[in-house]
Amino acid sequence: MSPIFYILAALTIGGGLAAVLLKNLVHAALATTVAFAGLALLYLELDAQFAGFAQILVYIGAVAILIVFAILLTRGSDVPKDGVFSRTWAVGLVIAAAVFAVLAWAVLESLRAVPQQAAVPAVTVDDIGNALVGRYVLPLEIVGLLLTAATIGAVIVAMHEKERPKS
Amino acid sequence: MTTPLAGYLLVAALLFAIGLAGALVRRNAILVLIGIELMLNAANLNLIAFWRFGPHPELLTGMMFAIFSIAVAAAEAAVGLGLVISIYRHTNSTDLDKMNRMKG
Repeated sequence: MSPIFYILAALTIGGGLAAVLLKNLVHAALATTVAFAGLALLYLELDAQFAGFAQILVYIGAVAILIVFAILLTRGSDVPKDGVFSRTWAVGLVIAAAVFAVLAWAVLESLRAVPQQAAVPAVTVDDIGNALVGRYVLPLEIVGLLLTAATIGAVIVAMHEKERPKS
Repeated sequence: MTTPLAGYLLVAALLFAIGLAGALVRRNAILVLIGIELMLNAANLNLIAFWRFGPHPELLTGMMFAIFSIAVAAAEAAVGLGLVISIYRHTNSTDLDKMNRMKG
């Protein structure tokens, strides 16, 4: 375990915690961006360059901007007076802690079974592109269709309804 | 001392739990979506870590799964935030505790 891993893990976890805990929504969105960036760096640390840059482009470039737009469009940047946490926050916290306990227990119990240090995989973007248009061409087409449908659906859902002609 | 893979898996588990807590505990619908995004990202980290330390990285299975998962997550974010804006237009609020009816 390199010290870089610990720094990146602390960055990611800190960003995630701040995103969940901060009261101001704009600050939470910025903390989410930090978590996304930490994850992209973790992907780079895992020698998955393509996934790391795709993460930067999609999450920091698109999803974070989308979240900020939604916050500004819904005037969510004002902190509500009656608290930001739900009435049933204790139940949610217990469930999350239980899920983490089970996952961590499973990981630590299977330490001997998981593969140890492996050689750096010799995978280039060339290979990924060939796989995308070769073996994975059908999923690629389906994802393209899904993205088109989702974009049209999002526009229709968020469209103004007041201009609808009276029937 | 843990193995590198176990370290990544533990980070992913912690991030997943944080995202789950955010989705369950916060009242703002946008924050719930952020929590869901964090959970999806934690799953992606698992996929990439298993791809890196698994037996056949040249098959690109985990990498492809993560890339498709990123694409689906982008579609999910677009539709989810569209829904939040639509609900805000109806009720003038993004507070989930106040959303207690299904009729628009």
